[in-house]
Amino acid sequence: MSDTKHLTIEQTKDIDENIAWAKINTDVLRSMQNPRKGYWVALAFSMCLFGVMIFAEVWQYNYGMGDALLNTSHMWDLYISTFVFWIGMSHSGTLLSAILHLVHADWRKPIYRFAEAMTTFSLMTAGLFPVIHLGRVWNFYWVMPYMSDRGIWPNFRSPLIWDAFAITAYLTSSVLFLYIGMIPDLAICRDNTTGWRKTLYTFLSLGWRGDDAQWRHFRFTYLMIACLLIPLAVSVHSIVAMDFAMAIMPGWHVTTFPPYFVAGALYSGCAAIMTLFVLLRYFFRFEEYMTMPIMDKVCKLTFVIAMVWTYLNLIEFASVWYGHDIPSKEVLMAKAFGPYSIFFWGMMVFGSVLPFTLLIRAVRHNMFAIFFVSIFLNVGMFLERWMIVTPTLSLGYHPQAFNVMWPGWVEWAMVGGSFGWFGMLFLMFVKIFPCVSMYEVKEMVYHRKRTTYADVDEMMELHSGVPGPEPKPQQTGGS
Amino acid sequence: MSGPAKKIVKKTKRVLGLFGDFDQAFEVIADIRHYKVPGITVDDITLKSPIEHPEIEDVLGERKCNIPKFTFAGGLFGFIFGFLFLASAQANFLAQPQGGKPVITVPSNIVLAYEMMIIFGVLATLTGFILGAKLMRKPKGLYDTAISLDQIGIVIEVSDEEFQPLKDTFKKHKVIEVLEESLT
Repeated sequence: MSDTKHLTIEQTKDIDENIAWAKINTDVLRSMQNPRKGYWVALAFSMCLFGVMIFAEVWQYNYGMGDALLNTSHMWDLYISTFVFWIGMSHSGTLLSAILHLVHADWRKPIYRFAEAMTTFSLMTAGLFPVIHLGRVWNFYWVMPYMSDRGIWPNFRSPLIWDAFAITAYLTSSVLFLYIGMIPDLAICRDNTTGWRKTLYTFLSLGWRGDDAQWRHFRFTYLMIACLLIPLAVSVHSIVAMDFAMAIMPGWHVTTFPPYFVAGALYSGCAAIMTLFVLLRYFFRFEEYMTMPIMDKVCKLTFVIAMVWTYLNLIEFASVWYGHDIPSKEVLMAKAFGPYSIFFWGMMVFGSVLPFTLLIRAVRHNMFAIFFVSIFLNVGMFLERWMIVTPTLSLGYHPQAFNVMWPGWVEWAMVGGSFGWFGMLFLMFVKIFPCVSMYEVKEMVYHRKRTTYADVDEMMELHSGVPGPEPKPQQTGGS
Repeated sequence: MSGPAKKIVKKTKRVLGLFGDFDQAFEVIADIRHYKVPGITVDDITLKSPIEHPEIEDVLGERKCNIPKFTFAGGLFGFIFGFLFLASAQANFLAQPQGGKPVITVPSNIVLAYEMMIIFGVLATLTGFILGAKLMRKPKGLYDTAISLDQIGIVIEVSDEEFQPLKDTFKKHKVIEVLEESLT
């Protein structure tokens, strides 16, 4: 009976506060050496997908953009949709690292590192698409703000150049945020590895020795960058929304687009966190750190964001409907009943109806179910981006440009390959660097144990009328 | 709190005491704070730990950290530089027809200056961190890998006559290991 009771108590905790600090180090360091076979299968699969992308790019390079089936009205079809999708995915790291850090939600600690890595690699994936879409990939630097040899600067009034600024700033900041947050863990790796790993970690840990001055500066730095990163993340996706909203195309010229895009970004990011949570927990045997109660919280957070996204979606439809702008209304009707309607309704079902399954406790506590739900949530979010771009391009103001277009194999190969590229970078990262923050999990365990002991002492005093025992040393690790 | 006047003596040794938990280390610091170890004050202490203790400032006293100033300066510079950079670039458009639009467009420049403010704020914060935390320098002083695992270290530079009382205080509070190195 006591065993059953013990198990019930364990399952309600975000983490077992009795885990020794040394064990945290050992478990995380072991994960970097010895993952399950599934890890290698996933890495091989990602590399194959990336190979398909390279093949498609070589093909497009040789035979031109026509083979991607891009044409006059559909000048940036799946490429821009996928770009927006990956930018959106990147917001999860900011949410988990920065926003939840500021509100002291300590359950984020075992999972924020991989979410931050996801941010970085999502941005690196998104950044491929403007370059791919150029066709002439060697001219990629045209997107940057530089003065050409004719003395001409880019048009600073264009949201496309705002994109270049915002994404560069976001990528730089999120890489630094990820790196700075890893420094104490890199020092742990330095102290416990040999060979090339030791050389790498020694270089990257910058001489970290855990001094009080280092910790104090570290705390302020992390806080300051978190404060800067939140408005940056909001501005990035607002600017991506302005790529559309500042055009006069029907269906795009909508004032709610920036908040709608930000909500969609957080939503798809959360769904991706769920997917990667399940995979990493399995690959690296992280059952003790990536626990069911933490997943439960991620699911609830995803549900709330899904509802915000749904609300903003409906608001957008309502403002178009009551706005009486005929072309915009026609685009809205075409989305619902035109050639792309199956994808539109797919978006609605996966994006707005499917999240209700997260209200079911049995779903939230079943990793297999969560894996599939999270995949379909992101299918819904991909369809959302596609349905923003393509129906408008197929039904603009000019009847001569009306043109239903279906992406060809080159575009689909690029889309699939982007998942391969992201998966490859992400899986390589989690093998080389600790994907669970060791020092933050130690902090979490330490604080929770202190709170638990303090509560127990207080309860003893209350019930017996006698003071509880002197607080024990709270160190969970140590000899 | 004013303590006994501190004699200036030549420090000859650097000592590292390793403790099993924060409480033991904090008891040592409390003894030093109450002048139970002659010649050593709390300002001489460097605490090394695997995590940052939440009440560290109550124990060691408030110590300087200039990171927010770096962030502010970086952000301010980024905004001003960003705006001026864009404005100077736009001034090149004087030779080109503007179609009645202003040469320097404030709304769009504010968007871009905002991004520059953030990126320079982040870079300045990083600079402040590297300088303040004394990173990227040749490691100085004693260190033990147990600190990154689960032990708490107290590092103090002492003279020959201060060494033994400090060692005794360490032992009184169940030090696990004492490491020392010569400064001469």
